[in-house]
Amino acid sequence: MKRRIISLLVVSSLIFVFIVFYKGLNKPSFYKPKSEISKIPQFFAKNFYSDEEIDSKKIFDEDKYYLFNIWASWCVPCKDEHLILSKLSKNQQLDIIGLNYKDKVTNAKKFLDELGDPYVKILLDQDGTISIEWGAIGVPETFLIYQNRIIKKFIGPLNENSIIEIQQIIK
Amino acid sequence: MFYSFIGYYALVLGLIASFPIFFFSIKNLKNNAILDIKIISFSFIQLLLVFISFLGLVASFVFSDFSNETVFNNSHSTKPLFYKISGTWGNHEGSLLLWLLVLTLFIFIFLVKTKNLLKNYRILTTLFQQIIIFGFFIFLINSSNPFNHINPAPIEGLGLNPILQDPALAIHPPILYLGYVGSSIIFSSVLAAASLSYISKTWATHIKSWILISWIFLTLGILLGSIWAYYELGWGGFWFWDPVENVSLMPWLALTTLLHCILVLEKRSILGSWVIILSISTFTLSMCGTFLVRSGILNSVHTFASDPERGLFILSFLFILILISLVVFFVFHKKHNQELVSFSLFSKETSILINNWLMMYFLSVILIGTIYPIFLDVISSKQISVGPPFYHKLIIPFLVPFLLFMAIGPQLRWIKSGLDGKGFLAFFLIMSFIISYLIVKNFGADLLVNTILIGSALYLFLITVRDFLKKRLKNFSQNLSHFGFSLLILSILLNNIFSSEIITNLKVGESFKNEKFEIQFNELKKFQDKNFISFKGYFLIKENSASEKLEPELRVYNQPNIVTSEADIKTTFLTDKFITMNTVQNEEYFNIRYQVKPFMLWIWISVLLISLGGIISLLKRKNL
Repeated sequence: MKRRIISLLVVSSLIFVFIVFYKGLNKPSFYKPKSEISKIPQFFAKNFYSDEEIDSKKIFDEDKYYLFNIWASWCVPCKDEHLILSKLSKNQQLDIIGLNYKDKVTNAKKFLDELGDPYVKILLDQDGTISIEWGAIGVPETFLIYQNRIIKKFIGPLNENSIIEIQQIIK
Repeated sequence: MFYSFIGYYALVLGLIASFPIFFFSIKNLKNNAILDIKIISFSFIQLLLVFISFLGLVASFVFSDFSNETVFNNSHSTKPLFYKISGTWGNHEGSLLLWLLVLTLFIFIFLVKTKNLLKNYRILTTLFQQIIIFGFFIFLINSSNPFNHINPAPIEGLGLNPILQDPALAIHPPILYLGYVGSSIIFSSVLAAASLSYISKTWATHIKSWILISWIFLTLGILLGSIWAYYELGWGGFWFWDPVENVSLMPWLALTTLLHCILVLEKRSILGSWVIILSISTFTLSMCGTFLVRSGILNSVHTFASDPERGLFILSFLFILILISLVVFFVFHKKHNQELVSFSLFSKETSILINNWLMMYFLSVILIGTIYPIFLDVISSKQISVGPPFYHKLIIPFLVPFLLFMAIGPQLRWIKSGLDGKGFLAFFLIMSFIISYLIVKNFGADLLVNTILIGSALYLFLITVRDFLKKRLKNFSQNLSHFGFSLLILSILLNNIFSSEIITNLKVGESFKNEKFEIQFNELKKFQDKNFISFKGYFLIKENSASEKLEPELRVYNQPNIVTSEADIKTTFLTDKFITMNTVQNEEYFNIRYQVKPFMLWIWISVLLISLGGIISLLKRKNL
């Protein structure tokens, strides 16, 4: 009897392990960049309009919420996202900082002329290294920052729901 | 083209040879008192066919036949011949073919070497082994055929990953596989013996050789992998608790425990159930390792291909084997009264049992650390990464009793041991802790922890040295392995305490200075080699009055286009000087990492001594 219970237990736990492994097989498993950074990384970047070098420490230093948005003119979803950013830019408690990712400056300027400029400041990331520092996976990607800490990270374009989410946090 | 053709058909014929083996084995099981010679003949034919198939693949690699998909994916015509050959098993398909080759080789040797044993035991072992072989054949032909044809044939191959182009790594997989596959014989044989109630002293004596062989190869295989990681991955460590390292360590732990159990079984006819369960787990863990690495369910430097279909096959196959073994264990294995034989608390058996449980504990820690992330991901979609601190915190404290029992155990008698003449045990214990205290105190490292750890390792060290002097050649092999283990722990501990490291950015002509060293970056030269361009840095390290030249390298391989960093290591008896350089983005600066690592050489030597103990023990046996 005891033997039977033991064998039953062993077999059922084996089946459980099998199912977990089977499910694990179908999950994508690849190393992602560090996505769990909570402090913002330090970096130097060129200003989009003036070519001067800016220290990252001097960008997010006010007692305000910041939205750090990685974008590019060649990125199609960024166009839809731009409307959302324009809406968000009306909020006085929020400064939106752009990071222009692997882009041609002329194209980026044209993009902003057409769709408007919601950014307080735009930085350049021409070789993409700054975005890697931030642990970004692709474009667009957005970080909500308060007191030098990343509060929330949005992978992919922002949408109406993200506006509600952001406004709830800021409130 | 021609060689792939031969290889493929030899493989298919090899599969077909399985059927007569199954047929004659089952037929022979019931009648006849002697083993049917046809089983041995067909096993030999199968071995020959797999060998031809393997040679076909080697030839395809040597002659750079890019119409073969495996060769195309993993080779390149400018690769040196040595790496063309080792490229054969440096990939998923080829390594499985090698598995199969060793599987068929081992069962043939088994059949030839066991003439004096029970007929049905030999046949059943062949049957179980043939099930494994059959599974591997299907897997190879069905989902990882090494002889897939590309038409039209490409002109050039994609090349072998440069970090795999290394002499240590060229022989690391075959050695490790001999260990893994050796455990398959133990597995089949234990299933056969359990279902025939043949677990006995005779059986233990015979299977001990196979356990020793697998254990030796597994130890050496792990050692080679570790040496490779040390100088090629350029981090200066030798063990990273990477999932793939863990899956080779787990069967090793199971096998080491098994080795100790079989000794007890041979001498005292007890621990039969331990032996069965450990034999099954050793092989299961080896297979599990293959599954985890080959399916891409875990990711690490070793992952060749991630292909869920292949993973599913290995997974199902693995679980079928586990189910078969469970059925054998629960249904056929009858417990004898032998388990009732008692022994006193103060005996050899007790200390072996305690250390067996400790090894099982280490095994579970590593098992949980390796597969728990998968479970968590599947069940709750959360991800955690389990790193060295987890293993260190859970394993290191338990090394202390482990080392102490390793020292005391061999001094005790079987069944019951008195206290007379055991005074030296206490004396050595006190002495080693005093010495350890003096060493640690002078260097201001974490006092309590290190004193206890070094003290217990030193205890084992001194006791084994005493044994060498007192008992001379009696139990020499066991003593040598234990001595090697104490040396290993001592070297790792001292290496940890006394290592120092400098990381700095330098450009040519600059130098770095602190109170201990001065690092001068004198020159950078460019060389063209057969399949890579090398940038060599010339460094001068000044330490006190001595100075040392070191020349690390950056290699830019042409096919595939990968940059590797080759460390330059100056090894002496006492310490290793280790330097690597890496590029810094868009600058003429290089990131220089200089490490002084004491007793590195002794880590390798001690592992060699551990396996040498096994080799001596194997050679002392009159027959396999």
